[in-house]
Amino acid sequence: MRFGLTEDQGLFDRSLRAFLSDRLSLETLRRLAEPGTGFDADLWRGLGGIGLHGLLVPEEHGGSGLSMLDAALAAEALGYYAAPAPFAAALVMAVQAFHSAGDAGQQNEWLPRIAAGEVRISLGFAGLAGQTGRAALRLDGGRLSGALDGLMDGGEATHFLAYLPDGRAALLEAGSVGTTVTLRRSVDRTRALADLDLAGVAPVALLQSSNDPLAAARRVCDAGRVMLAADTLGAARNMLDRAVAYANERVQFGRVIGSFQGVKYMCADMATMLEPCRAMVWYAAYAQDALPEEASAVAAHAKAHLAEVGREVARLATEVHGGMGFTDLLGLHYQFKRITFDRQVLGGPERCRHDAAVAQGWIAA
Amino acid sequence: MDLTLTEKHRALRDEVLAFIEKYRGVAPSPGGGRKRPDAKVLEWQKLLLEHGYFARSIAREYGGFGAPQDLIEQAIIADAFSRAGVSPGIHNQGISMLVPTLLEVGTEEQKRRWVGPTIRGDIIWCQGYSEPGSGSDLAAAKTRAAVDDGHFVINGQKIWTSSAHYADMMFLLCRTEPEQSKHAGLSYLLVPMNTPGIEVRPLRTMTGRAEFNETFFTDVRVPVDQIVMSRGQGWHVANITLKYERLLLGDPNKLQQRLEAIRRMMTQPGPDGSRLLDRAEWRDRLLQLQGEVMAGRHHNLRLLSEQAEGVDSGLGRLIVKYHGTMLGHRLASLALDVLGSAGLHYEPQGETGEDDTATTWQIDYMYDIGLIIGGGSSNIQKNIIGERGLGLPREPKAAVPAGGN
Ligand SMILES: Cc1cc2nc3c(=O)[nH]c(=O)nc-3n(C[C@H](O)[C@H](O)[C@H](O)COP(=O)(O)OP(=O)(O)OC[C@H]3O[C@@H](n4cnc5c(N)ncnc54)[C@H](O)[C@@H]3O)c2cc1C
Repeated sequence: MRFGLTEDQGLFDRSLRAFLSDRLSLETLRRLAEPGTGFDADLWRGLGGIGLHGLLVPEEHGGSGLSMLDAALAAEALGYYAAPAPFAAALVMAVQAFHSAGDAGQQNEWLPRIAAGEVRISLGFAGLAGQTGRAALRLDGGRLSGALDGLMDGGEATHFLAYLPDGRAALLEAGSVGTTVTLRRSVDRTRALADLDLAGVAPVALLQSSNDPLAAARRVCDAGRVMLAADTLGAARNMLDRAVAYANERVQFGRVIGSFQGVKYMCADMATMLEPCRAMVWYAAYAQDALPEEASAVAAHAKAHLAEVGREVARLATEVHGGMGFTDLLGLHYQFKRITFDRQVLGGPERCRHDAAVAQGWIAA
Repeated sequence: MDLTLTEKHRALRDEVLAFIEKYRGVAPSPGGGRKRPDAKVLEWQKLLLEHGYFARSIAREYGGFGAPQDLIEQAIIADAFSRAGVSPGIHNQGISMLVPTLLEVGTEEQKRRWVGPTIRGDIIWCQGYSEPGSGSDLAAAKTRAAVDDGHFVINGQKIWTSSAHYADMMFLLCRTEPEQSKHAGLSYLLVPMNTPGIEVRPLRTMTGRAEFNETFFTDVRVPVDQIVMSRGQGWHVANITLKYERLLLGDPNKLQQRLEAIRRMMTQPGPDGSRLLDRAEWRDRLLQLQGEVMAGRHHNLRLLSEQAEGVDSGLGRLIVKYHGTMLGHRLASLALDVLGSAGLHYEPQGETGEDDTATTWQIDYMYDIGLIIGGGSSNIQKNIIGERGLGLPREPKAAVPAGGN
């Protein structure tokens, strides 16, 4: 029994962070964020080079078959550096979707292409996750019609995986006849959401081989919630680190401001809120693989709790920087907006806590 | 990360659950530690020690169960008791603070002499740290112990000494080397409370009871070997004890126990037959706190794991007291709100009787503020987190000393 990371995980974490810190100078981040697509071909290739594309894809399908905890570490690092790259949907939820409801043929066909980085799936739920926006889809005679808003990792996606209210999921090719994709630049310019309008589109695959499709869809949503929680953890940790560094260097009244208790306490409060969140996210990620009875409740709780802590840290860290924090100059706002984004996608905290109550059997669904 | 239960762990879990089912009728109500353990509490403690559900990994020669250190066993036991709402045994200053201090830096003789009777609940300790002029600034303690004829001779005053009125022993921080600098002049002594020259005067607190005291020392004589480590090392020892005190005060298992108790209250039908748990606004308050307690519990597992591997958790450990005591107070706040006007009933029974539910929650709600202040206040914790945890600069010394002492 051990509660913590393995040596390999530590190594993976450090190499991913080294890569991201090297690639994403503030100047580069600014440039990559400008179009608001949440995608850059160079960065995407680089991430593939250190094994991110096939992180969760089993080895027999060309991936490295790692765990949800490894994925959460990656999400945390991506959040820390506000990396404009598809991840939660394209590389985690999509893989989970094929695992939980794809048949062997579908897994054979798609998982290797995900691992190779050539298929990038944007994903969204009609209903289940509690997002706001349009969510009215129907499947008639094998053709999909209606509207679905707020699909994650929407920028430059090659495919869309749309979850129907009954838990089945239809995979559509970007650009197929009858598909209109509207890319919404979000307040977080490092990740984009897509809105779909569909008029009798023929899916390229229908993921429906689970005997409990709603439960299968729930697992995909849970995995996504853990990734967003981890993303917020990373972004918030970045903001705290920068607030502490700034408090150690900015001088007012002849002293560095970090020696003022008012400022010190803001930092201490951030650290106190944030520090237990690491273990919470680790546990929630681990539970997705190993503790099925708890997986859904802890995913919902992690998502909700990180949303609340993230919001506080985002405010306090900005405040510690004074006027400088409010400017575009420092780029602190990239992480601020990352946190803003994570909170709303796949259900806000109230919705997630409601789901946690249902998952624990406190109330009926 | 590996939290899989082995065959042995599953067997232990079943065994603990069966134990709780069988014996919960004779268990004292959970909480406590603010009165001298009565016969019921001592019997329960004995039962827990026999089964290895208390002091599980303390060596047999010191009175423990002698099982090898196993983090998941510890977690299984704590979890079973807190979820069942059954007392996990005595957690007082002797057991949770002095015992681990002695195990860390005590002599063999001290461990053999004090650990066993303390964990059985036979010896009750109090903590002689704070003085009228030195609370947060603990190292400024003035109580003096001079050496004379193989004895320390103690003179001075301590204040806010919890349990001193029924304690058998005190661990005392006092000044033995007045010529040394503030921190280097202190020693940590073990003092029997029945030594002539000790006078204990109870202080009534906001709960209406007298949980703590003033303790006066006039020429109190203690043999010189009643010291932990050596003269001048008192600050070091005192900080080891504080480390355990802060972990005790932030204990997430206690928070889990409270959360469960509140959840159970919220499933009781009210006067109109409805349950608060079915109302979204109440449920959400509970769920928010559940998320925070969950984070605290998983954080605790991480710390235990690091401790088992000899890793210093640094920042991770420093936040526990502040995090846990603030959360504890918010849980008690929710409990009062759930009880509402019927929970305003307040009749503390003192140290002989058991308090009813409403009174207990009202006491906890107030006492929690005491816990936020004691053991190093929230502000002091934030100084420590900021300076030792995050590396921010210390407050510059005031150019002109303030008046008073
Ligand atoms: C219920 C309870 C039980 C206790 N039990 C014991 C016991 O058994 N044994 C024992 O020895 N003591 C005990 N104490 C005493 C406790 O340790 C002290 O009360 C505590 O350390 C604070 O000291 P003080 O009361 O002198 O307050 P002060 O030190 O005067 O503090 C007053 C206020 O000033 C703030 N403050 C002080 N210094 C700083 C600073 N540097 N930066 C920012 N803020 C600061 C504090 O946070 C606090 O808000 C107990 C206290 C309580 C409430």
